[in-house]
Amino acid sequence: MKLPGWVCGLALLCGGLVIAGPADAVDTSPPLPNPQLQQRYYALTHELRCMQCQSEALADSQVSLAADLRLQVRELLVAGQTDDQIRDHMVARYGEFILFRPRMTWRNAWLWATPAVLMGIGLVVGWRIVRARARLSDSDESGSKGESLDP
Amino acid sequence: MNRFVLPLAAFVLLLVVLLVGLKRAPDKNNLPSPLIGKPVPQFTLPNLFDTTQPLSSEALKGHWSLVNVWGTWCVECRAEHAALLQIKQEARVPIIGIDWKDQDEDALTWLAQLGNPYERVGTDHEGRVAIDWGVYGAPESFLINPSGTVVYKHIGAMTSQVWQREFLPRVSATIGKPVMPGVPASAPAAAGPGA
Repeated sequence: MKLPGWVCGLALLCGGLVIAGPADAVDTSPPLPNPQLQQRYYALTHELRCMQCQSEALADSQVSLAADLRLQVRELLVAGQTDDQIRDHMVARYGEFILFRPRMTWRNAWLWATPAVLMGIGLVVGWRIVRARARLSDSDESGSKGESLDP
Repeated sequence: MNRFVLPLAAFVLLLVVLLVGLKRAPDKNNLPSPLIGKPVPQFTLPNLFDTTQPLSSEALKGHWSLVNVWGTWCVECRAEHAALLQIKQEARVPIIGIDWKDQDEDALTWLAQLGNPYERVGTDHEGRVAIDWGVYGAPESFLINPSGTVVYKHIGAMTSQVWQREFLPRVSATIGKPVMPGVPASAPAAAGPGA
């Protein structure tokens, strides 16, 4: 029995994809000896922006500046700094833009408040629509002869 | 018809808000530096021309200086080189170079071939000083006042237009004008050119 060429091709492609594995191997530095530190390192390098490529996190970026900054995060962690201290360290140099998650400050309050406000408006509008419909069907059932929709 | 007015108005409002947001978003290639108005980050770097005399942030005190972060691997740096040479010729503000993640031999060859606009060059092999300066895309140029405060930063190639428009007015605002008698000579050096 002979398989058609495209089947072989597809099989090769799938096999290749499996072997290649996830393309998450940008950060090739060895893990930190302490698993807790490694976890914080992972979180921090994913929430700090690569300033050169901007929509990538430090952890995902190939540029050498990102590697330097990853090294700095690692060193600060080993030196015993807290996550906030490390964020402050980066913000002092690169500005708040380096944080993917904007800070909760009065200046950013509108940014954080907007989704909640929009959600509130949506809920109020939705509730009123539902109530209006309920009233309509109520009056349909109770007084069907009076307010008929038919002309 | 009436029931469409409110949603439509809301949609238009949203559109306007988003458009204004897009238009007013800061230029991603020229982000404001948190260093403006702050003292220059402390550093000591090997001197490219004389290894016995390191270059430190102390060298930036007592006079205006232009700190230029560059590297021979940086394409835009070649493009700005002529402008830097011209600024050197003007002889108003000395240029201090920070050679970022570079090989000393490459840097020396580059300066020998293209001319040397720098009064001094520190070599930042590991890139740590550049990080302290918040550098993310060479070339970057910082204007430092005599008290060692960062006054202005330009990201990207220096040109004579940028120099004339953004840097020189900030310098002449303080050293160009004679100090009036009776007026204390403590005008903030970081004042911009008549905003």
